[in-house]
Amino acid sequence: MGAHEDGTLTKLVVISSDSVLPIDAALEIYESETNITIKETCFGTMVTGPEDVVNRVVKEVVKLDKNHIFVKERGFPPGDDRRCRAGRGGGPRPGFHFLRNEIGMLPIIGKALDDYDNNVPLEKVVRPEKLKVSHLKDIIESEITR
Amino acid sequence: MTKVFIYPTNSLILSDLIERFGHTPLAVMGEIHDKITTIGIDSPPLNITPEDPKHGLKYAAVEVPAGVRGRMSLIGPLIDEAEAAIIVDDAAISFGCMGCARTNELTKFLTRDKGIPVLELVYPYSDAEGKEFVYKISEFLDSLPKEDRS
Repeated sequence: MGAHEDGTLTKLVVISSDSVLPIDAALEIYESETNITIKETCFGTMVTGPEDVVNRVVKEVVKLDKNHIFVKERGFPPGDDRRCRAGRGGGPRPGFHFLRNEIGMLPIIGKALDDYDNNVPLEKVVRPEKLKVSHLKDIIESEITR
Repeated sequence: MTKVFIYPTNSLILSDLIERFGHTPLAVMGEIHDKITTIGIDSPPLNITPEDPKHGLKYAAVEVPAGVRGRMSLIGPLIDEAEAAIIVDDAAISFGCMGCARTNELTKFLTRDKGIPVLELVYPYSDAEGKEFVYKISEFLDSLPKEDRS
């Protein structure tokens, strides 16, 4: 991601690890730098501050469990009035449903990254075939005649 | 590093994997950040303003709904900048916050039409599919040039 004009950056650190908790990540960040703002969330942490510092700190956090900690940029800083639930009368913030959906897939991705690092060869994936129209017709007819 | 456009445009998984394998993800979050931190008439600055559907005219005709044009004013410049792209289809989340089937169609069309290397996948729902997903992305990203072009 390119550098921003205002020199700040917000990153979402999503933790899908069996050994690292969001509090561990937050403590790692607190220890490393004071010039940044951190918000602990149910899925990990949000880090905001000067771009180079945030990138450096996030790299340190990812090292805790590199294949099971995921990072993406966030447009709005944590606690921003335009997004924060506190000022909007509750409910999930815009964008959370998507994040939650992807968080559900992270264990699969983490496991795949472990296999990739261990050079486990790729096996052929068998996907279930689509239902044929003729077969569907047979099912409908058998239900009607019952 | 190659600039890789991602679809869904705010995907955590794609954004992370592209950075992990040494390239630059082009995601809509960066565009939003620039918009909401640039001082303008609105205070605080908004992520979409009445001006945006006009900027979107570069990507969609005037009779196209303003919602599509407004979204394209954010996504369009990313496609212009892209040197490669990863499209993940069949995402249950293509509606919801991303919100607009026509914008999604136009985004995918413009990406494919640009003539850049494009990898098309579907979201994984099992371990085997996940492995295929990650391996294919890594293979695709390894095939892209890694040196800095700027």
